[in-house]
Amino acid sequence: MATATAQSAKHQAQSELHKRMLREMLLIRRFEEKAAEAYALGKIGGFCHLYIGQEAVAAGTLTALRDDDYVICSYREHGQALVRGISANAVMAELFGKATGCSKGKGGSMHLFDASKRFMGGHGIVGGHLPLAAGLGFAIKYQGGDQVCVCYFGEAAVNIGAFHEALNMTSVWKLPVIFVCENNRYGMGTAFERVAAVTDVVEHACSYDMAAELVNGMDVLEVHHAAARAVQRARKGGHPTLLEVRTYRFMGHSMSDPLHGVYRTKEEVEEQKQRDPISHLAMKLKDEGVLDQAALDALDAEVHAVVEEAAKFADDSPDPDPAELHAHVVAD
Amino acid sequence: MPEITYLEALRQGLWEEMERDERVFILGEDVGLYGGAFKVTEGFHKRFGESRVIDTPISEAAIVGAAAGAAHMGMRPVAEMQFIDFISCAYDMLTNYVATARYRAGLATPIVVRGPCGGYVRGGPFHSQNPEAAFLHTPGLKIVYPATARDAKGLIKSSIRDDDPVIYLEHKWLYRRIKEQLPPSEGEEILTPIGEARLAREGTDLSIITYGATVWKSLEAAEQLEQEDGVSIEILDLRTLLPMDDAAIVRTVQKTNKVLIVHEDTRTGGVAGEIAARINERAFEWLDGPIMRVTAHDVPLPYAPTLEDFVLPQTEDIVKAVRWLAAY
Repeated sequence: MATATAQSAKHQAQSELHKRMLREMLLIRRFEEKAAEAYALGKIGGFCHLYIGQEAVAAGTLTALRDDDYVICSYREHGQALVRGISANAVMAELFGKATGCSKGKGGSMHLFDASKRFMGGHGIVGGHLPLAAGLGFAIKYQGGDQVCVCYFGEAAVNIGAFHEALNMTSVWKLPVIFVCENNRYGMGTAFERVAAVTDVVEHACSYDMAAELVNGMDVLEVHHAAARAVQRARKGGHPTLLEVRTYRFMGHSMSDPLHGVYRTKEEVEEQKQRDPISHLAMKLKDEGVLDQAALDALDAEVHAVVEEAAKFADDSPDPDPAELHAHVVAD
Repeated sequence: MPEITYLEALRQGLWEEMERDERVFILGEDVGLYGGAFKVTEGFHKRFGESRVIDTPISEAAIVGAAAGAAHMGMRPVAEMQFIDFISCAYDMLTNYVATARYRAGLATPIVVRGPCGGYVRGGPFHSQNPEAAFLHTPGLKIVYPATARDAKGLIKSSIRDDDPVIYLEHKWLYRRIKEQLPPSEGEEILTPIGEARLAREGTDLSIITYGATVWKSLEAAEQLEQEDGVSIEILDLRTLLPMDDAAIVRTVQKTNKVLIVHEDTRTGGVAGEIAARINERAFEWLDGPIMRVTAHDVPLPYAPTLEDFVLPQTEDIVKAVRWLAAY
């Protein structure tokens, strides 16, 4: 009987986790749709890279972390910021360049940041933040903590020297860092196989004697389990991992980039959309009787409201005070 | 008081800060077991252990990047570039990541990136450079460049304690050439304030504004000119290039009304141009002559002794320039 109760509790916890992952992915999807709309209206300027299609990577990995773990990202990081718990209001306000943004309007889409969430930044240059992840891992180890650091980057970053320097350093120093390569197959408009001699990113781990896994990034549960294994390796023994998560972006590289036609075909995009990680999990939860259609609709309505409120908050927020312009260049 | 070299002063400063603060650690190529290419960190590995004196792969981007990541978490890393020329491999880290972190993310990056710079040692084009101008242009960084043993010690200590990233340039020609009497570690604590220039010589007729090895070349020239021409020269050793001590620059201009700027780095886009512009903006009416420069020629630094000596500023170049300007 006790075993049955324990099993039921475990089942319950699992269902809650799955529901949470579904909500995180839906929140990202709706948030990004709203961001696209705001961009079209000129409320968001500059460069804006949407996460639509890749939601399972952020939702699957970040749900395997503790609150005191560290996260560092490249520039397609709206999703990670949201799952990490930076409010949709603060992220949207940052995209709008407002004083209430998580980087006070000084960073923008590519440079979201919140130290209180141990979210150590989006970074607007491909691959350069990987050495910083090594440093975060170094400090964890030096300070005797058992946290881990998760570092996200795209597959195109593998061709940057900093990738190799950072993986080598992390492995040789046994640092608790998990490198999550989000392989969406295209560095902007260039297919990876056209510019990379080794197209299975996971293979690079061999060069650095590092644990590695190849993961289906359209299946959030698979992502979550692989991340959980990597977290355990890092937390227990300080062993880094390279996860290659195969994913796909349903949108263009940035807002000015065509969806298809130039570097990938419409058929390819449509085919990939059949693998939508959100529908995939929603269907599974329905099949298992965890959620019915009404509950799914309610969840969608709830995140919709969050996103609408975020856009309103961003709209109503003040611009940064010009007096702030020279603040924080160096310590005051 | 014991007499110690510029290098030993730097070493003492590092040592004292390592003793004082556990958050301070050193990383770089051959800094541990080997003790550093120039032996700046000799003995550190034995005293502080490999967790705080860390031999790295030859990966300058990752050395500076990892230092920055650790600094974001409250550590105080000192990253050595084996030769400062190699800092260009970490230019991305310093200008994009480190320099902007406080501004874009409110994130402190208290790192020191230090290394041997400068010529006069037949090092050739990849082991003799002065990289200050490449970073002077980047808000968010600080640059210090000691000329004396006292400042080698005082500035490394202040740099480590500073809450912002500091590029610390140490001149390899001065390492063992300069000796000064300094109080021992257990005596006076030497902390040179960042952002304050030092009057290296008082004078009334003409000011030389300089830093690094050319402070010593200028002092030599000043002695010669005093004796041979009776000209009284004031020498301002900037010590910190970023932020620059504008007040001290203006003071000396107001005093002597003639300015020669001397630096070892190449001429075009060099620090001298920036100093001249600031004087024009702040003290133009005090000038009795054009602001002149003595710098390296605009060429990569050649190896051949005859060529290197020709390219780099020498005492006689300074003497010649002062004579011209004094007669203006």
